[in-house]
Amino acid sequence: MIREVADEVIARGESSRRAAPDPVNVPMVRHWVEALGDSNPVYTDPVAAAESVHGGLVAPPAMAQVWTMFGLRGTRPADDPLGAMVSVLDEAGFTSVVATNCEQTYHRYLRPGDEVTVGARLTEVVGPKRTALGEGWFVTTVSTWYVGDEPVAEMLFRVLKFRPPVEEPVGEVLRPVVSLDTEFFWAGTRRGELRIQKCVACGEVRHPPGPMCAACGSTELTYVVAQGVGEVYSFVVHHHPPMPGKRLPFVVALVELAEGVRLLAELIDADSADVRVGLPVRVDFQRIDDELTLPVWRVRS
Amino acid sequence: MTVAVGDTLPELVVEVTPTFVVSTAIATRDYQDVHHDRDAAVARGSKDIFLNILTDTGLVQRFVTDWAGPNALVRGIAIRLGVPCYANETLTFSGQVSEREGSLVVVNVVGRNSIGDHVTGTVRVELP
Ligand SMILES: [Zn+2]
Repeated sequence: MIREVADEVIARGESSRRAAPDPVNVPMVRHWVEALGDSNPVYTDPVAAAESVHGGLVAPPAMAQVWTMFGLRGTRPADDPLGAMVSVLDEAGFTSVVATNCEQTYHRYLRPGDEVTVGARLTEVVGPKRTALGEGWFVTTVSTWYVGDEPVAEMLFRVLKFRPPVEEPVGEVLRPVVSLDTEFFWAGTRRGELRIQKCVACGEVRHPPGPMCAACGSTELTYVVAQGVGEVYSFVVHHHPPMPGKRLPFVVALVELAEGVRLLAELIDADSADVRVGLPVRVDFQRIDDELTLPVWRVRS
Repeated sequence: MTVAVGDTLPELVVEVTPTFVVSTAIATRDYQDVHHDRDAAVARGSKDIFLNILTDTGLVQRFVTDWAGPNALVRGIAIRLGVPCYANETLTFSGQVSEREGSLVVVNVVGRNSIGDHVTGTVRVELP
């Protein structure tokens, strides 16, 4: 599929030419040299430029691409060859991109008043390759800038579209603080039981556990073992910062159990895009070591 | 000017302040958020906003013409992109003449920051 699309786009040749919004002009050059700190007088000083090899003001060659940038509200034209390859590679899972090469050739310096157009063609698609960043495809386009029909500059631009590798977790998971009030809960997870605190006096269930019943004030407390089924009440997808022992991104779900209490745990084995409020889940237990077993949610089908 | 293969260019040190990153991105009409919005850059997995490629090409050009003078004609700039250049980095360009054929010389350029080679490449320039 990638190969077929690449061959088709390469065979299409150069896209239709797109015009720069403005002719080459001194104000944009001035902003550019000011930002970059370039003091070459041939770009902005008419007298020095007239005395130079250019005989008048010229634009910095490295600005070639600037004249035809899309700008703040611009969109890629439908026949843009890089856009076409980006779409097909995104679909194939090569979703990340990094530019690797930019090679510009200048046939002549542009002058104020020059009206520039640009056309682009796909020249090469190489892959899949193993790279330090992950498996990917190198996509090369060549853009040509014209004034009228005269080519004035060319640019070879190469990007690597790669599949971001799944990052292995670093470090050990954060451990809960186990207190007298929560000891029974963690003893439960070690046995594969999800234990919910229950008041002996009035029968109220609650989570997280505490030293005294919030309903009647009794300190005589026991627990029930939950069935372990419920629905997602709320959730977050954690992208950043990295967490010890966790692979990013991960989903933390607040689940309303059949018993009527809500409990927070990681929802595992679910694509974060598929998680929604009301998603049916069941509890499972993730053994970390002899001391610690974490409750986790799995999607219940 | 008399130039020989092996000649070294004067270093160019660029303090890559946040203002520098933002103003060069806008001056090159590059409005991608990773070049001006720190929160967006961090959300996309970057440490901070970072320099755009059009600015890299421009800085490489500046580094060579600062040395070659206003009557030099830049014919081509080819760069390879390495580690990112985040805001608050210092970017130091060094270079050496690697080829000479008549008035046309090729300069090898490296732009380094604290994490490594940000940009490496060659500039073809015709000297007066
Ligand atoms: Zn009670």
